[in-house]
Order: sequence, then C-alpha cells, then structure tokens
Amino acid sequence: MTRGAGDLMDYRVTIGLETHVQLKTQTKIWCGCRNRFGQPPNTDVCPVCLGYPGTLPVLNRESVRLTVMAGLMLGCRINERSTFDRKSYFYPDMPKNYQISQYDEPLCLGGRLEIEVNGRKKSIGITRIHLEEDVGKSIHYEQSSGVDFNRAGTPLMEIVSEPEIESADEAFAYLTALKQVLLYGGISDCNLEEGNIRSDINCSVRPVEREELGTKIEIKNMNTFRGVHRSLVYEISRQINVLNDGGSISQETRRWNDETGVTEAMRTKEYAHDYRYFPEPDLMPVVLTREQIEGWRATIPELPGDRRARFVREYGLSEYDAGVLSADRNVADYYEEAARASGHFKAVSNWIMTDMLHAMSEGAIPIQEVKITPGALAGLIDLVDRQVINRPSAKRVFTILFEKGGNPADIVEQEGLSQVRDTESLETYIDEAITAHPQSVSDYRSGKKAALKFLVGQVMRLSKGKADPQMALEMLRERLDTG
Amino acid sequence: MSSLSALTIHELIDLLDRGVCSSEDVVTEVLSAIDARDERVGAYLDYDAEGALAAARSADDARSKGAERILPGIPIGIKDVLNVKGDTCRCGSRILEGYVSPYDATAVARLRQAGALFLGRLNMDEFAMGSTNENSAFQITHNPWNLEHVPGGSSGGSAAAVAAGEAVAALGTDTGGSIRQPASFCGCVGLKPTYGRVSRFGATAFASSLDQIGPITRCVRDAALLLGIMAGRDPLDSTTVEVPVPNYQEALADDLKGMKLGIPREYFVEGIDKEVEQSIRKAIRLCGDLGAEIVEISLPHTEYAVAVYYILATAEASANLARFDGVRYGARDEGHDPMDLYVKTRARYFGPEVKRRIILGTYVLSSGYYDAYYRRGQKVRTLIRRDFEQAFQECDAILAPVAPTTAYRLGEKIEDPLQMYLGDIFTIPASLAGMCGLSVPCGFSDAGLPIGLQIIGDAFREDRVLRVGYAYEQSTEWHKRIPPIRDDEGGR
Repeated sequence: MTRGAGDLMDYRVTIGLETHVQLKTQTKIWCGCRNRFGQPPNTDVCPVCLGYPGTLPVLNRESVRLTVMAGLMLGCRINERSTFDRKSYFYPDMPKNYQISQYDEPLCLGGRLEIEVNGRKKSIGITRIHLEEDVGKSIHYEQSSGVDFNRAGTPLMEIVSEPEIESADEAFAYLTALKQVLLYGGISDCNLEEGNIRSDINCSVRPVEREELGTKIEIKNMNTFRGVHRSLVYEISRQINVLNDGGSISQETRRWNDETGVTEAMRTKEYAHDYRYFPEPDLMPVVLTREQIEGWRATIPELPGDRRARFVREYGLSEYDAGVLSADRNVADYYEEAARASGHFKAVSNWIMTDMLHAMSEGAIPIQEVKITPGALAGLIDLVDRQVINRPSAKRVFTILFEKGGNPADIVEQEGLSQVRDTESLETYIDEAITAHPQSVSDYRSGKKAALKFLVGQVMRLSKGKADPQMALEMLRERLDTG
Repeated sequence: MSSLSALTIHELIDLLDRGVCSSEDVVTEVLSAIDARDERVGAYLDYDAEGALAAARSADDARSKGAERILPGIPIGIKDVLNVKGDTCRCGSRILEGYVSPYDATAVARLRQAGALFLGRLNMDEFAMGSTNENSAFQITHNPWNLEHVPGGSSGGSAAAVAAGEAVAALGTDTGGSIRQPASFCGCVGLKPTYGRVSRFGATAFASSLDQIGPITRCVRDAALLLGIMAGRDPLDSTTVEVPVPNYQEALADDLKGMKLGIPREYFVEGIDKEVEQSIRKAIRLCGDLGAEIVEISLPHTEYAVAVYYILATAEASANLARFDGVRYGARDEGHDPMDLYVKTRARYFGPEVKRRIILGTYVLSSGYYDAYYRRGQKVRTLIRRDFEQAFQECDAILAPVAPTTAYRLGEKIEDPLQMYLGDIFTIPASLAGMCGLSVPCGFSDAGLPIGLQIIGDAFREDRVLRVGYAYEQSTEWHKRIPPIRDDEGGR
C-alpha cells in the first residue's frame, strides 16, 4: 500500500470475478478436433473451428456435463433448458467474428463457494455459470502477427461471482478454493501455465459511509492467481488515492502490466462493445431431464471443505494436517487408502506430510505416479510399529519404495535392515563400545549423562544402524549403573 | 445438335441403363450447350470441362464394371454458395476470391455418393441476397426465355442453366424464395424443402434459421429423386431433424383424389399481375378437376412477413458474414492494424446490397433497438408459423402464386430495393414458417415469360407437395415448352 492502513479502513472494496475455465474434454466444443495444449500452431484445426464458409457447430455433450457438474458442486440451480447466443465483435483470433456463448439462459444459476482468509470463513455467491467457446491466440512477431487457432473452439466455462469479494486476499482465496473444487470434480486440469483458468476482475471502492457502489473498473484477462492479487492490491490503492485526492474514478477497462506492477488504461466506457447478442440459430436448445441431472449429481465427489472436516472428525487429524491432506483430491484419496489399510491414522499423515510430499516436490512427481502404494506405506508403518525396523531404517525403506516400489518386508529382508533386538548380539556390541571408549564410560559415571548417548551411537554404528536404539540405551544404562 | 442435354434425369438414367448413351456423351452435350449459349445466358461463373469429362469417363467405367448408382454420372450444376471439395466457392462475391473449398457440403456429398458429378459454379446474387442475380459481383445472368429479363434470384444461375439446357438439374438455396422464384421466372421446377429436411452443412450461411438447399429441375419427378437423396438427419447440422425420409417418387400420383387444397385469400390481393392471377386461378381449377377439394383459407399475418423477414434475415446475416474479414481466406486489403484491415477489405470487396443488409442487421440487433425490432420480429414470426399450422388443420397443401409478376426487365428493380423486396411477398411467409414449397410451371404471359404455381406444404410433407405438383404437371404441357434460345437443339 502506498498509503497508511488508516486510508484503507475508510473505504470498502467491492470485487466480482468472471473466471474462464477450460474444460477437460477429449475434443473441442463444436468439432472433432483434439482439445489439447502445446501442439505446433494450427495443427489441431479443421474447417469448423476455423470458421470456414458453410460450416456449422455441433455441441460436445461432455462439455455440458462438465459445466453442469461444476454447477452442482457449487450449489447452483441447473436450467433444464438452456440456449446459446452469438456475441459479436471483431478480433483476429476469433474465426467467426462472433463467439458462441450463453446470454440469458445459461446452464447454471446461483451458487456459493466457501473461502477462508486468515482463519475467517466466508461464503461468496456465484451468479451464474455458462458454456462458450475459447478463441485462438494472436502471436506477434517483429514485423507481423500470426494467429494460432489450436485453442479456438476449446470448451470454456465462465463462472461469474457475485460482487461479494472484499479484498485482494479474498479474491486469491476464492480462486484457490474454486480451483480445488474444479480439480476435485475432474472439470478442468486447472493448469495456469497453459491458460486453463483466466479471470476478468471488476473492482470498485467507496467510502465506508456510502451506500451505493463506487465506479467499476474492469481488469481483463488475468492468468495467474498471484497476478489477480497483485493487480488488486495496486488497483485498490490507486482508486483510494484518486478519491483521497478529491478525484473521481471513471468507468474503464484496464490491463495489468506484470513487469511494472501497475494497471494501465485500455479503453473507456464510450468505446465499450455492443455485442449484439442474439439466439444462435445453428444450435438447438440444450434440454436436460431431471433424471439426467440427478444422475450426474450422484457422481459428485466429496468436496474439499467437507473432506477436510471429515478428516478431523474421523481420523483425529489437526485442522492444519487435514487441510494439507485434503487440498489435492489424489493426495486425499491416497491418504484415506493408506490410513484404512494401516489403522495408524496419525502415522500415515506424518509420513505423507513429511517424507512423501517432500519427495514428490523434489522429483516433481504427482502422487498418481509415485511407486509406493498406499498398502506398502501401511506395511512400512506396521513394521515400525512392531519394532521390526527402527526409524532410520524405515526412512531407507521408504526411499527405496518411493523410487522403485515393492513390498516393504521384502526390502527389509533384502537390505538386512531387521532391527537387532536379541540381547546376546546387543551385549556383544555394548562390550565392544565400552572397551573402545573407556573415557566415555568414566565420563558417564562421573555424572556426564550425555556420554550415554554417545555410547548408544557407537552401538548403532557397530550394528550398522540395525540395533534397537531403545533397547541399546536401556541395556547400556543398566550395565554402566551396575557395573 | 442432339438433345441429351435437354432431357430429364429420369430420361437420362433410362438411356444410360439401356446403354444408348454414356455419361461422357451427356457431359459432352451439356458442355457444348454451355459453349453455345452461356455467352448469352451467363449462368456459369466457372466450370471445369476437363474435370467433368474425366469424372464422366470414370462413372462410365464404374458402370461397365457393374457399379449401380442412383445417379450414374449425371452432371448437376451447383449454386456458387455450396462447398464442393476442391472447387471455388465465391458466393457471387469478390470477398471470397481465391477461396477453395476444403470439403463437400453434406447435400453435395450425398449426391456424389449417389454417382452425380459436378461440373460448374452457377451465378447468384452475392451471398444469396437479391431476387434478380443483378447483385452478383461477377456477371449478369439473363433469362433464357427473354434475354432482356432477369432469371430471378438468388439461385438465378441455377434456374437459367436448367432452363437453357446448360444443366440437367441444379442445386439452389432458398432463404426467402431464392429457389422458387427463379424456378418460376425460368419455367423450371424448384423445391424448397422444410427447414431441417436437408442439411445446411456446406451451404455458406445467409440467414441460418431460414436457409435450405433444394433442387431446380425440369420435372417434378426429378425434384423428388434429388430430394430423396439429399434429405435426412445429418450429424454435422444440429438443425436437421430425425424424421424418416419417405420414398418421394412413390408418393407421386396422377390424380388428387382425397386431397384438400387451400387457397389463401391474402395471396390474391391488389398488386398481383393479372396474367399471373389468371394462370394461378386456372391451375387451381385444374387441380379441382383432378379430384382435389378446393377450400379457401386465411393466413392473416401475411402482410407482416416481408418486414419480419428483412429484420430477422439481415440480423442473422450480419453475424454470418462477419467471418469474411480477409484474415483466414479470400480477398484481403492490408491494413496498419486488424481493424483497418477489416474495414478496407470489407468496404472494397462486399457489394452494395450486402452492405445494406449487414448494416440493417447490425442496427436491428443493436442495444436499444433489439426489443423493438429483433424480438418483436421473432414474435410475429411465431404468429406467421401459427397461421400455417392452423391452415394445415384445414387442408393438405396450399396453392398460391410464386411471385406477383413474371420476370422483371433487367435493371427494372435494382435501383429500388423496397420494390424488389416486395416481389418476395408470396415466398417469404412459408420460409418464415419453416414449411416446404414447390414451384411448378403453370403458364406463360403474353410476352412469353413463364409463370409459376407455388404449392406450400406442412413441415416434412414434401410428399404431398410433390404429389400435387406431379399430378398438375402431368395434366399440363407447360413444362415441355423450351425457351427460344434452345432452338438449336433440334427438338426432342
């Protein structure tokens, strides 16, 4: 903030987000071209998605299902009849110079999304969700420009929030929670680098005492959550400064410059588009039956918030641990499978939260691809619990399991990691340690208790880490105290 | 010159079956008819003689090896608005100069599958906007019955080619009368199918909720044959309907016993040419003589049809034609930014009537005007559709003129768009209602210009319309007359 916090306190901020989400379908929304990222320019294209004369759109039914699923997960009402409309404007990346979208009869209406900011819970209203087509991508070279139409016709869902977001932090939390829900439902890959989620921001400020909303500024096409946050921090401060200086905000569209960290004016209200929406005559209305909608509803997975609460309740985890483990549906699924197999809920949580997530992020490996199965993790925990192996050996076994997979007991066997717990062998190591370090023995006896720890370490070293450290400690103490 | 190019598809199929002639003979004679007359008629924008002959030879070859096709090497002319893979498709417009179709329209693909071949592109009003072919960016097409007159439009090239013996049959498209009116002006049979009967995939869109592809032929039976091949649900066009396609030829009969034919009183009002009215009334009496019961019906919202049409059709056109921007295909004038490129390209390569309609359509959709024009237009369209639904409770088909007059003189209407729009008053209502309509020759004016009888049918009742048209045609001689330009044929 450029001004003191006092200024911010005098104003209320109102933010609404329009979030475009690319749907995870095999093919595009109107044609059979593949819906995928990263192909050479203009290779996933055909006469239909290039808008050639005489071509017609045919609706991809899976895109409807995914949009309805998103609506159901966000508590929306699903329109049994919805229609498509043409939104007209000229732009080189738009093959038909109109975008097929939904205007007054979208698939989903009204819904809510729970967010949490600094431990405070809040519910943000969802106005509507509609289905439309994505456009191509303009590429600018030094002397010329080109358009890649691979993205044109990708199914795109627009989620419009109510203007109930009141800070940059809330906007960030809203997008994070939204992404979590969409990932849970398998609606979208939500890959920000690939442009799967892009938001338009509407933001205004007003003095706290004023009833009516301030003049709205729109910031277009934000493709990172961090960018949304930063641009809002800037924009809120800019608007407050203008008002504080006695100025007024005029309605306009601005763009975020990520390098300079400021928003820049793009176009004012006078240049606003008249999109000339009218019903799309090439497509029939989408008619869904109650049974169809209820059938889809039955397939909704448990939402991240609900799952987190259940993890606390059912497995006795802390709020924090439950939050981390439920954030990603696949991690949560993994946790539950391992926890059920093991019964040691807390131990499973500890292993995943520390060793597993660490190893995953080191190798950039998603949990679906790790080699250690939930059953193997449970088995490993069981070996520790039954004191077959000690903690350091368990870490070694985990590393092997993570890298190669396999059965923990077999690995213990192959690696000879079974804990040495028979007193005879331990006595031998202890004899050796005492003989080799008389100084430590006398140190201990003269009251330096730390020397005992050193001798345990020697026993561990002599046993190549396999001695049961607890047993070694007790036996050593008994020997030195009595001997 | 012999007269293979003057025969109907059915007559040609019979000759081919009996080995009297080959497809190559047919194509050769069609080509020589084009050669002899098209300089005067101007029906073709473009044709590929060598390609057509090669296709004909390969059809003959296939037939000699026992291949059985419904249209064994029958050449069919194509309106320039339809995509045929590898051919130009300029829609009568300079803005599509250089565009080559990468695919076949579904109707074209189905005819191709049935053995047909396509030898050329037929002239039309630019983007099917017009009723005289004078809006073509490339050339004037003349009416084969009198070269001083227009062939009608927008499928004027298709009708003129069939009438002049330069095509055995042709495809047209009809948005507000663009098949029926030129068929009437040129003395051909023209069928506009029910909306949703024939796939629009591959027909460059003018007004998507109205456009339909249909045949222009020398006789009703040929129209029935071609419709049967093209009709039916197409997964590439969501507005086609899953209604079974009957055998239209089997529906044809020599009489009209048991049929009830409606005469809409609103179609016989002031402004209709006397000669046209007399011919239509005579045709109605003949249908009565053939066993039909004639009843008067009412289509009360007829007077609003032209206004509604010019709101809704132009609204859709304003969006449909937005894609012609010079970016991906067709003609382009470079600009210093995209908007400049669009403005230069569209200003230079669209003709005046197309611009007029894009502007009109943009206006009726604009914020603040939408409710007064587009929304109200849709409401009246619903009323017009109900008129027809009501009427078809009382009759099996409707008889009416196709147009209030015979073919205009060249230049007569071009300066007065409103007068020209009013000429479509009898074809537009059925288009707005999505009904099917057939134009069959029913007489000639004293000046020797053809007059067409329009038979309008309920949705998906092309069978009835064709039956009425066929029975009428079989009891008259009008369709056997040939225009003077074909005097070189030497008779049949």
